[in-house]
This record gives sequence, C-alpha cells and structure tokens, in this order.
Amino acid sequence: MKLEVNNSKETIGIGKSIAKYLKPGDVIVLDGDLGAGKTTFTKGIAKGLGIKRYVVSPTFTIIKEYKDGRIPLYHMDAYRLDDGSGADLGLDEYFDGDGVSVVEWSRYVKSELPAQHLQIIFKRDDLKGENYRTLEFNPVGDHFKKMISESLNQK
Amino acid sequence: MKQNLIMSFESSCDETSVAIIKNGNKILSNVVATQIKSHQRFGGVVPEVASRHHIEEITFCIRDAMKQANVTYDDLDAVAVTYGPGLVGALLIGVTAAKTVAWAHHLPLIPVNHLAGHIYAARFIKPIVFPALALVVSGGHTELVWMPKEGEFKIMGETRDDAAGEAYDKIGRVLGINYPAGPDVDKMAAKGHDTFHFPRAMDNDDNYDFSFSGLKSAFINTVHHAHQVHKKLNHDDLATSFQDAVIDVLVDKTMRALKKHPVKQLILAGGVAANHGLRSRLEKQVDQLSGTELIKAPLKLCGDNAAMIGAAGYIFYKEGIKADASLNADPGLEFDWLPNEAK
Repeated sequence: MKLEVNNSKETIGIGKSIAKYLKPGDVIVLDGDLGAGKTTFTKGIAKGLGIKRYVVSPTFTIIKEYKDGRIPLYHMDAYRLDDGSGADLGLDEYFDGDGVSVVEWSRYVKSELPAQHLQIIFKRDDLKGENYRTLEFNPVGDHFKKMISESLNQK
Repeated sequence: MKQNLIMSFESSCDETSVAIIKNGNKILSNVVATQIKSHQRFGGVVPEVASRHHIEEITFCIRDAMKQANVTYDDLDAVAVTYGPGLVGALLIGVTAAKTVAWAHHLPLIPVNHLAGHIYAARFIKPIVFPALALVVSGGHTELVWMPKEGEFKIMGETRDDAAGEAYDKIGRVLGINYPAGPDVDKMAAKGHDTFHFPRAMDNDDNYDFSFSGLKSAFINTVHHAHQVHKKLNHDDLATSFQDAVIDVLVDKTMRALKKHPVKQLILAGGVAANHGLRSRLEKQVDQLSGTELIKAPLKLCGDNAAMIGAAGYIFYKEGIKADASLNADPGLEFDWLPNEAK
C-alpha cells in the first residue's frame, strides 16, 4: 500500500493514526534517504502515544528512549552501524521489550530484526515538489496487515 | 602536600581520554586517543568498534597521562568521569576504569555530565562568573544552558530535531566530505557566498529552541535537483549558504536569550564551538552588548577530552558531590529544563 503526502504535517498525521494500534514488542522499520521524513514520521507516532518530549534525531546516541507515553517508544538509528553490530547493542532486548521500537536505516541491523514487522519506505519525487513524499507500507504478519488496513483506511 | 589533583576520564563517543588536572584549571596532562579514522568508512560512530577501541586505549591513556604529569596514584585527590550522555558501551569503559581506580586507591569518585564538561572547558580561560549562559553545540547537542550559580544547569532551549554538528556531518556526506565534516565545511564556507538562501527555521519564533532538519532537507533537495538536471553547483557557495543559515539561527537565539536574561558571561562550548564562522560572528554580536563577556572554549578543548571533565569534576568535588561503586553509565542523561514561566 502506498500513500502520498505533500508536507510534514501529513506525515506526522499518518504516524499518529498508526500509533493507536501499536502494542509492546511492535517493530517498525523506516527506510529512505537523508531528509526523507523518517524522524518526522516518528514524531507522529510519539504524538499518538501521548509522548510530550521532543523526539529528536537519534543518530548520535543510536537509541533514544521515550517513556512518558501510553507505552515506551524506542527510537533507533542504525545510520552509523555496521551490519551485525546491532546484536552487540542488545537491540533484540528492545524488540522483545515493553515498548514500540522504531528503527531508521534498518538495512544495517537486518539480522536482528524480528520476522514480523512493519516496513515503511519513504521516497521523494523532486518533480512533484520539495515536500512531496510517498510512503510505501510493507506489513509482515497478520498484526501489522490488520493495523495498516484499519488505521489507514479509516482516514 | 595535596594539590587538588584530579584524574579524569572521558569515553562517551569517539575519543578515549584521560587527564590530570590541578586545582581545576591547570592541565598537567590530557591524553586523547581518537578513533575517527576507524569510523570514516561508516561516516560515523560504530558502537561495537567504539567500545572495543576504548578498552584497548584506556590503560595506555592512564599510563601516559600519569607519566606526562609526572604523578603517581598517591598524589591524586579524586577521580572524575563522564557517566552520560553518550553511547552506552563507550561510556561504560570510562566509568568502569574510573570506578576501579577510585576503589583501588581509596579516592572519591565524581560523576560528571558530559555537557557540564564542555561548558567548564571555559575554566581553562578564566573563572566562570554567574549568572552565565552557555551555548553548547556539537554532533549530538545544540543547547542553551542557563547557569544561575556554580554547578547548576538549566536548559533554556534545545534542538527539536537534528543537532547542529549532525547537520554538518549529514550535508557533508552529500558533498562527499569525510566525517566529521564540520572543519572542511567551515573552510569552504570562508571562500564562498550565501547564494542559495536556505531557510532559517524557527528564527523568529518566540522561544530558544532550534531546528536544523528543514535546512538539511533543503540543502539535500538543492543538490539532488542540480544532479538530476546535470547542473554543477559551487560547493563553496553551498557551504557558505548552509553555514550562514546555521550561524544565523544559533546567534539570533542566543542573543534573544541574552536580552531576556542578561548574564556576565556567555560561554561557547562543544565541538562546533571550534567553527571559525560561529566564533567570529558571536564575538561581533556580544561586543555590542555591555556587561556580557564572551568566553570561547579553547580551540584544543572544543572536541571531547578528559581535561574538561577534570575542570567540571573539580567544581563538583569542591561541592562534595560524590558517587559510589554503584555509579552506572546513563546514555540519556540530561539537564533539567528551566521552567517555562522563568524563561
């Protein structure tokens, strides 16, 4: 399933509507170029979970934890990781944990990702405008398939 | 004869560092082992590589720091260490080493917030006079910190998305510049002109927060678009346009904070504080204010190092702040916010 957005507000809105369906142990992976909207989307999820703190780029610390919402949000950025090093970071403990994990640049932690997850691919199209993006949703597993059909079809 | 000698440790990110500091403001030694070379392939830090590298380096750093300072463990009065924020695996190496030295030699252990360390690098220039304001800009942080008195830190504003240094690294990657990109972009910016007029996000908002994500996207869009239509852009002009946008926002927000909360000193600290464009612009602006003096962290101490941790550690040591053997790394450690009504 693909959605088009014309600005960051719409990206945040989609994140927000998905957040309602999230439960502990859910893993969402966000892929796309620098500046494609991955952290913006995560801000939407945080909003939907009732998190008040600013969600900032986790590039520097790799993992940022937000615990002031309905369930914890673990925001990870594998941009600076080499494939395989996710295991040393104990990423699997987050994936099996009490919160939602959102992983940017997931290709660098492929081997640690759980089989069931939701992948979202962000793409820009300069011809359609500076802020235009497509979000392609690839849910793996029934839980995520249901989540996508319910949350996005309602819109 | 005790001379307030502190052995300090820093290992929150790329650098493994051990220093011996006398009276909080004299550097007897400051040994820094950097692993930036091993990260260049990835364009950044690799936590697993970082931790391993810290382990390999830290005992050598201790040995060299003591040798250069010509001291033994018996001469030391305290041990100070960065316990956050940073990469957990990297922080743990410094914390464990510091705890071990403190325990083995019966020395007090002083926990130091990495950002307090950056700010207290100013202590090597002159004593801090309060109230003070600090602009801390680095790869992981962009914060305006209000300091009403010694050892007290309150966040007035921070970035809402990317840190300033992170934005430099990411646009640097688009231009094919090695990590860390700041120094090269700074040099290129000195040669170019602001021809692209990138957005100054939140510059006119009535708060002290920053945002660099929109600037990063605008920059990348510009480069991509040119690439698609096979147009060659002047990289120096791109660098100047980017850097001017960053500096405008950093300086405008800082000046706004200074007007609302006049201070005796403004401290510029953190890795991006080594940026020549930022240093000179802030100098010019603060010159026009009477009663506020600009203290720039020494160029050599802008990046991560243990000397600054020793300077901050000395202040906490004097205030009686100590940790015990249960001290743990706190990767998400942050200062408290200044309450909204006080801003």
